[in-house]
Amino acid sequence: MKYIDEYRNKVIIDKILEEINKWSKQRIKLMEVCGGHTMSIQRFGIPSLLPQNIQLLSGPGCPVCVTDRSYIDHLIALCRLDNVMICTYGDLIKVPGSTSTLERERASGRNIKIVYSVLDALQFAGTHKDLKIVFAGIGFETTTPATASAILMANKENLSNFFVLSAHKVMPPAMSALIDEGVQIDGYISPGHVSTITGSGIYEPFPEKFNVGCVISGFEPVDLLQSILMLVIQKETGKAKVEIQYKRAVKPEGNLKAKAIINQVFEMRDDWWRGLGILPESGLGISSEFEKFDAEKQFKVEIEPTREDKGCICGEILKGLKNPKDCKLFNKVCSPYNPVGACMVSNEGACHAYYKYRRLEL
Amino acid sequence: MKQDKILLGHGSGGKLMHELIEDVFFPAFSTQQTAFPSDSAVLTLENKRLSFSTDSFVVDPVFFPGGNIGKLAVCGTVNDIAVSGAIPMWLSAAFIIEEGFPLNDLKEIVKSMADEARKAGIKIVTGDTKVVNKGQCDKIFINTAGIGLLDIKNENIGNGSLIKSGDKILINGTIADHGMAIMKSREMKHFESNIVSDCACLNHLIAKLSKECEIHFMRDATRGGLATVTVEICQNKDYGVELIESQISVNEEVRGFCELLGFDPMYVANEGKFVLIVAEKDSEKALQIMKSDDLGKQAAIIGTINDNYKGLALLQTSIGGKRIIDMPAGEQLPRIC
Repeated sequence: MKYIDEYRNKVIIDKILEEINKWSKQRIKLMEVCGGHTMSIQRFGIPSLLPQNIQLLSGPGCPVCVTDRSYIDHLIALCRLDNVMICTYGDLIKVPGSTSTLERERASGRNIKIVYSVLDALQFAGTHKDLKIVFAGIGFETTTPATASAILMANKENLSNFFVLSAHKVMPPAMSALIDEGVQIDGYISPGHVSTITGSGIYEPFPEKFNVGCVISGFEPVDLLQSILMLVIQKETGKAKVEIQYKRAVKPEGNLKAKAIINQVFEMRDDWWRGLGILPESGLGISSEFEKFDAEKQFKVEIEPTREDKGCICGEILKGLKNPKDCKLFNKVCSPYNPVGACMVSNEGACHAYYKYRRLEL
Repeated sequence: MKQDKILLGHGSGGKLMHELIEDVFFPAFSTQQTAFPSDSAVLTLENKRLSFSTDSFVVDPVFFPGGNIGKLAVCGTVNDIAVSGAIPMWLSAAFIIEEGFPLNDLKEIVKSMADEARKAGIKIVTGDTKVVNKGQCDKIFINTAGIGLLDIKNENIGNGSLIKSGDKILINGTIADHGMAIMKSREMKHFESNIVSDCACLNHLIAKLSKECEIHFMRDATRGGLATVTVEICQNKDYGVELIESQISVNEEVRGFCELLGFDPMYVANEGKFVLIVAEKDSEKALQIMKSDDLGKQAAIIGTINDNYKGLALLQTSIGGKRIIDMPAGEQLPRIC
């Protein structure tokens, strides 16, 4: 397939691996921030190809994984109201809340629909005027513009039955928090899709303040290996900087139009990240101008007290401090069939990717 | 979290469904578990063997590119019997129809069933019809059951006991066509594409192979896709499976849809593909037989049974890496067949 096969070409891969082997002398820890990267790295078996001194850590960039349990509890409380339909991306459906999941609520007859796009939710609102449609808005800068544009469209069409429960977040505060907490990282394999919106400017503080390089990477094996090579060269030459590997999609200035509509619809707020706690100015709430679409403000529901599972080390895994296999629940109590933590639920979660592709060292 | 209700995932063909069968159905029916939970039963009548299978079809939409629920209902059961090594002979057909369903649609469905049965050389000999109130089933559900004659020399093909290290694994063409054809017609109507379900009866191709080759195992790769069959083959066994990703073909448009929607084609349903395990000496011959048939033009040898990693299915990725192949956890796409 054009534009895919070129990036999975074994001849090119072998050349990049040869370069990596040539350059890489020191031990180096690289974190792939984005869950899409984690999945791709494991799916193609990339760790089995790298020299031993290069260690890849999975970061906090899976939106499902960092979403707090209380958010799921909030959605569950909403879905139990009369005439409410929850529209959600599929990954969220199995994430454990304190005492239930959306999947179990659906089996009990609640109206929960998996959508591929927020626009499907908007369409439902247009055709099902008797229902109140609540879209579960999660994700980073990648999905936020779509949610923002849906709210703008709902406003234009004067829809009164479309709402968003926002757990949208922005990426850089989490990346800084990890370094502040003392997590040893030599370089960030930086998120590709997020950066198509934000541009590369958001990463400038990392080399300047922390001497940590950032390479914005695509998602195919050639992309990821080339990004690893670029970070290895930065480390070996002592020059941490921001570079764009994913040039076919990312411009330094990002997508100005998308950034403008995010700013129009959302406002920054402090937000709770699973495993990382409250990070200042890291979440996006719906601004008061559009509060008639804000499910937080428009529905008064009682949310059950949050109960966390004991023994789950999702937090430390999200910070890259521990490996999924360090968790005593991994592959015993916790598996994709009975996920305890969100990292095991989401396809992009570190635990899920490890379970699916690397339960055993190959 | 303990499950106390049936979830959509229980019907997915993956791990949840296996648990349901093992925890609820097998103990209640005192089913004797064979080496492989199989889609058909081998019935013994003195020195004769029969293969018996049943399947229900609830696919949504009822009509899809490359077929409809009727064609699927015939092919599904014919294939379940054929992969056990038997020659499918007779079929039953039972219909549950929602009040208000268009009669012309029913006629079209029944005509495809008759056409497909004729092509497969089987007879539909008995049936049943129930109509339920509007809203009590979705349009039309069909159950088919079938009986096939099983040559005694083939009686172990379906139970997996013949598989051994060194055997070769083949598939008769591209994967993921059916699942993506359904997905396309259900969720992505606004996309133009030529994706067509691979729904087809495999019994004639399988009959040719049985005559010429030492077959050790066959299984149609339906719900749960190629990955699920691969895991089933070696789970709890003292051999493992290694597949080579670059040998597994996926149609370009299907690949595109999978990439777009985040599906791994290895997990997407097929309705006209089967995994064949043969003795190494016969692998090239089997490949040629497959390739000379219309239903096997893109057949390939995709892997080997080995004893390096016992009980594990591994994939050599297209870029030379290695990773595990696992069963899907739950619902990938409900009502795919």
